[in-house]
Amino acid sequence: MAQSEATAQHSVVHHPALAHHFENLEQQREASTLGMWIFLITEIMFFGGLFLAYSIYRSWYPQVFAEASHHLDIVLGGINTVVLITSSLTMALAVYYSQVGNQRKLILFLVLTLLLGLTFLGIKVVEYSHKFHDGLIPGVHFRYDGPNPQQAQIFFWLYFAMTGLHALHMIIGAGILSFLIYFAWRGRYSPEYHSPVEVSGLYWHFVDIVWIFLFPLLYLVGFHVKG
Amino acid sequence: MSTAVIHTPAEGAAEPRTTYLNAGHTLKSWLLTLDHKRIGILYLLGVSFFFLIGGIYATLIRLELLTPQGDLVTAQTYNKLFTQHGIMMTFFFLIPSIPAVFGNFLLPIMIGAKDVAFPRLNLLSWYIYMTGALFASYAMFAGGVDTGWTFYPPYSTNYANTYVIATGLGIFIVGFSSILTGLNFIVTIHTMRAPGMTWYRLPLFVWAQYATSLIQVLGTPVLAITLLLVALERTVGVGIFDPRLGGDPVLFQHLFWFYSHPAVYIMVLPAMGVVSEIIATFSRKPIFGYKFVAFSSLAIAVFGFLVWGHHMFTSSQSVYAGMIFSLISYAVAIPSAIKVFNWTATMYRGSISYDSPMLYAMGFIGLFLIGGLTGLFLAALGLDVHVHDTYFVVAHFHYVMVGGSLLAYLGAMHYWWPKMTGRLYPEGWARFAALVVFVGFNLTFFPQFILGYLGMPRRYYTYVPEFQLLHVLSSVGASILAVGLILPAIYLLWSLKRGPIAPADPWMATGLEWRTSSPPPPENFERTPVVTWNAYEFRSKEETEVIGPMGKPDVSERK
Amino acid sequence: MQQVPSEFKLMPEQASTMAGQVDALYFYLVGITLFFTVLIVSGIIFFAVKYRRRSPYEIPRPIAGSMKLETIWTLIPFLIAMSIFVWGAKVYFAQYRIPKDALDIYVVGKQWMWKMQHPTGQREINELHIPMGRKVRLTMTTEDVIHSFYIPDFRVKMDVVPGRYTQMWFEATKPGRYHLFCAEYCGMDHSKMRGTIVVMRPDEYQAWVSGNASQMSPVQLGEQHFQNLGCATCHLNGGRDAGGRGPQLAGIFGKPVQLETGQTVVADENYLRESILNPGAKIVAGYSAIMPTYQGQVSEEQLLQLIAYIKSLTPQGGSGTASPTPASSTSANMNVGAQASGSPSGQRR
Repeated sequence: MAQSEATAQHSVVHHPALAHHFENLEQQREASTLGMWIFLITEIMFFGGLFLAYSIYRSWYPQVFAEASHHLDIVLGGINTVVLITSSLTMALAVYYSQVGNQRKLILFLVLTLLLGLTFLGIKVVEYSHKFHDGLIPGVHFRYDGPNPQQAQIFFWLYFAMTGLHALHMIIGAGILSFLIYFAWRGRYSPEYHSPVEVSGLYWHFVDIVWIFLFPLLYLVGFHVKG
Repeated sequence: MSTAVIHTPAEGAAEPRTTYLNAGHTLKSWLLTLDHKRIGILYLLGVSFFFLIGGIYATLIRLELLTPQGDLVTAQTYNKLFTQHGIMMTFFFLIPSIPAVFGNFLLPIMIGAKDVAFPRLNLLSWYIYMTGALFASYAMFAGGVDTGWTFYPPYSTNYANTYVIATGLGIFIVGFSSILTGLNFIVTIHTMRAPGMTWYRLPLFVWAQYATSLIQVLGTPVLAITLLLVALERTVGVGIFDPRLGGDPVLFQHLFWFYSHPAVYIMVLPAMGVVSEIIATFSRKPIFGYKFVAFSSLAIAVFGFLVWGHHMFTSSQSVYAGMIFSLISYAVAIPSAIKVFNWTATMYRGSISYDSPMLYAMGFIGLFLIGGLTGLFLAALGLDVHVHDTYFVVAHFHYVMVGGSLLAYLGAMHYWWPKMTGRLYPEGWARFAALVVFVGFNLTFFPQFILGYLGMPRRYYTYVPEFQLLHVLSSVGASILAVGLILPAIYLLWSLKRGPIAPADPWMATGLEWRTSSPPPPENFERTPVVTWNAYEFRSKEETEVIGPMGKPDVSERK
Repeated sequence: MQQVPSEFKLMPEQASTMAGQVDALYFYLVGITLFFTVLIVSGIIFFAVKYRRRSPYEIPRPIAGSMKLETIWTLIPFLIAMSIFVWGAKVYFAQYRIPKDALDIYVVGKQWMWKMQHPTGQREINELHIPMGRKVRLTMTTEDVIHSFYIPDFRVKMDVVPGRYTQMWFEATKPGRYHLFCAEYCGMDHSKMRGTIVVMRPDEYQAWVSGNASQMSPVQLGEQHFQNLGCATCHLNGGRDAGGRGPQLAGIFGKPVQLETGQTVVADENYLRESILNPGAKIVAGYSAIMPTYQGQVSEEQLLQLIAYIKSLTPQGGSGTASPTPASSTSANMNVGAQASGSPSGQRR
C-alpha cells in the first residue's frame, strides 16, 4: 500500500528518530522548533495576564507596592537571578555540545543546568517559608503592619501568583532536563538528531527571561521610592 | 461525474481498498489513533454531543419565554439554562466545531501532508477537550452554574452559590485543547506543505484556519488566567476583582473580552473559509480576489484583538477609550465586507449549481451580512447605549454564530460528508432541510432585533406583557429550526449504511482532498502530491489527465 | 408606555431629549442595512439564476479579481463606517456629558431593587417621580453586584458598579409611566429588578414633592452622619492653619487636590468615596495618614449623603469652627436642583 511506495521515494535513509509523517529530519526539526516558539508565545500571553494585572494595580497603588516590595529579600532574589543566568549559559553550552556530538560534555552541562535549576528552587522555598513565618501569605491569616494592608495583600498575591507560576515552569523544566539527561546517557542524540535538546533549551531560556522581568518588578520597585 | 480522479472505486468492486475507516475496527484503534482524520471524527462525535445538550437548553429557554410570567421552570433554573446554553454552545461546540472537526480532517490533506505536525499532541488535545467538557458538563448536571457565560464578578466571585469553580475549571482545561490545536495547525501549515504548495496556492480554508489558530494561540491563555483569577477570588478571596478589597470588577471585563471578542472570530473565520471553498466549487470559478480574501482573514484576526472594549461602552470605562474601541471596531467591519463582496463577485459568470452545500453557503452570506451589519449598530457608541445587553445583541450574535458559523458547519458537513464517509446522502432531503433551517432561523431571531430595540433586556426570566407576541414568534421559529437540525442528523446517519458509494470527487472540485479516494487512505495519498497549479483552477477531464491528478511525479522532491 | 400596552409596536416611545437623536442614528443604520442586504441578496439571487449550471461538465472562464473593484468596495464601506462612527460618538458625548445644573437624584441598586433619594429627601423604591422638561442627574452605586440602570423609552443606560459612582442624565419630554429595567445580569431575580419612571408635569411634580416632604434631605442627613462619626473633630474649616488634623473640606469638591506623592487629583465623588473608605490611598500633601477607615461603618446610602453634604459646603473665610455651614441654605452653586424646584422645605437646618 501507500507506505512502501512512499518510503521508496525517499533518498534519505530512514533515521530511527524520524516520525512516519515527516519527509525528512530537517522538516521534523523545523516543525519542533517552530512548535516550541509558538508554545512560548502562548506562555507570554499566559504570563501577560498577570503582568497586566500587576501594571494596573501598581499604577493605582504605587506607594503601597513600593513599600510592600521592601518585605521581599533582595539578596536571595539577587542570588537567584545570578543562578538562573548561569544556568542559561550552561544550557546554551549543552545545546552546543549536542550539535557537535560531544556526548560527555552534553551530559555534563545538562546536569549542571539541572543542579542550578534545583538551587534556584531551593532558594525559592527558603524565601517562601520566610514569607510564611512573617504572615505575608494572602488570605485569612495575612498580617501586614504597614499602611493599607488590603492593597499590600494584592501585591503579595501577585508576588505569589507570578513567582509561583514561574516556579511551576522551573519544576517542569527540571523534569524535562532529567529526561534529556537520561536519553543523552542512552546515546539518543547526535549531530543529525538533537532537536529535543535544542527545543528544551528554548524553553529554559524563556523561563529565565521571565525571571529577568519578575525580579525588578517585584523586588526592586521600592528602591527608588524609599530613600 | 467525477472527472479529476484516477482511482474511483467502482461500485461493488471486488478489491477492498484500505481506507482510514477500515484500517482498524477495534475501539482501541479509534481511541489511540494518531490519524488526524480519525481524530477529526472523534471531535465530530464530541461536538455533536455537546451541541445536542446545548440545543436542549435552548429549547427549554424558548419554551419558558412563551409567556411573560415564569411558569415552566424556576428563576434559578432559568438562569442556569441560559448560562449553560451559552457555555456549551460557545466553548464546547462553536469554538472546536469547524477547526477541530473539519480542520483536523482536511487541513493536512489540503496541503498535501500525511498528518499534522504533532499527531500525539493532536490526540492529546482531543482527550483534554473531552476531559474538560465532560467535567464542566458534570458540574452543570450536578449543581449547575448561573453566572451567565461571561462570569462577571462580583456576582461570579462573591454572590453566586453554584458550581462556578468547577465549570470554570472545565473551560480552563478545554482552553488548552484549543491552544494545542492552534499550535499544531500553525506548525503544520508552515512546515508540512507538499512540494509546490506555496502560500498563494493554499485553499482559502487553510488561510482561514491559520488566522483562527493565531487567535487561539494568542487569546486563550488570557482567558485561562482570567478564569484562574476568578477561581482564586472565590476560594482565597484575594480581592483582585473585589472593590471592598481594593480590586476592580471592571478589570475582569477587560481581561475576559480580550479573549472572548477574538473568540468570536475563532468561531466565524473557519466558517468563512468553508464558504470560500463551497462558493468556488459550486460556481466552478476561482475566488474573486484570492489575496484579498486570504489577507482579510489575517486582518480580522489582528484587529479582533484590539476591539474588546466595545462590549463595555456602558460599563463606566472612559468616554475616550470607548471612542477608540468604536473606531477600531469599524476597522474590523471592512475586511468582513471585502469577503462578502468577493464571494458575490465569484458567482458572476460562474456555473452555479444548487447543491445543498451551496444553499447553505448562500444562506450564510445573507445571514452573516445581517449579523455583520447589525454589528455596526452595536459599535456605534450612542446607539449601543440603548441596545447594549438587550435582545438586539442576542439577535446580532445569533445571526453571526448560528446564521454564520452553524450554517457554514452544516454546509461543510454536506460538502465533505462524501469524502469523510465515502457515502452520498439524499440530496432532495438535504435541500429541503437547508430551506427549513433558513426559514426557522430567521423566524427565531429576527423578532429579537425588534424586541431588543423595544428595550427587552437579555437574561430575563419574566418580561413585561407587551413583548409577548414577538417572543411567541421567536419560539415558533425555534421549533422549525429544531426540525431543520434534526433532519440532517437522520438522513446523514441513514446514508452511512444505505447511501450510495461516493466517488473520489462528487463535485468536480479542485482541492487536493478531492484527488485522493473517498474515504482517503490512512496516509491520505498514494504518494506525496506535487502541486503545480493554483487553488481553484477548474479544469476539464482532458486537461487533468495531461497534468496528472497528483501532479507530475518527475518534479524534484521538496527542497 | 401607557397603562394598557396592547398594540404591536416596532419602536419604543420617544420620551426624552435623547430619544430622537438615538432614533435618527438608528434609522440611518437601518437604511444602510437595508441597502446592502438588498444589494447583496439580489446580487446572489440574480447570479444564481442567470449563471445557473446548464451542462454538468461546463467550466466557466476564470476571473482572478479586479483591483479597481476591491478598492471601491474597501473605500465605500470605510467611508460609511467612519460616518457612523462620528455620528455615534457625537450622540455618545451628549449622553455622557453630565450637565451641572440638574436635579440630583441618588440611586443605590441592590439585589433586586432600586432605591432612589430625591434632593428634597423623599425616598422611593422601584419608582422614580421626575418632572418633565428638567435635566435629571443620577449618581449611582450598588451594595452588591453590578446592575445597569436602563430606561428604554429614554434610550439611556448606565452600569451601576460596586465600589464607585457612575452618573447618567436625561430630560423627559412626555408625561407618563415608563419602564425601568436592570440590564446587567445580577442573579436570581434579575428580571424582577424592574421599576417605573413616572414623568410628571412640573406643577404636578411640585405638588408631589411638597406632599411627601416629611423626610430630611440628603445634605441634612449627611451633616448628621458627619457629626455622629466625628468627622468634624479633624476636618476643621481652615485645615491645618486652623489647627485641624485633616484637610479642610469646604469648597473642596470639584477642585484639584495636591497629593503627598506630587500627583494632583480632582476631588470628585469617587475621590471623596475612596478617602472615606480607604483613607491611606491618596494622602493630601502636608497631612499624615492618620485617618481610620470607615469601611463597614457607613452604608452606601449614608456614604452618598455624606458626599452630598461635603459637596454642599462652601468655604467661609476664617470662621475656624468645627461645623461648616452648608451652602444650600443661602449660596448658590450646588443644590440648584432643590432650589429650582422651589421647595423651601428640607433646606434649612
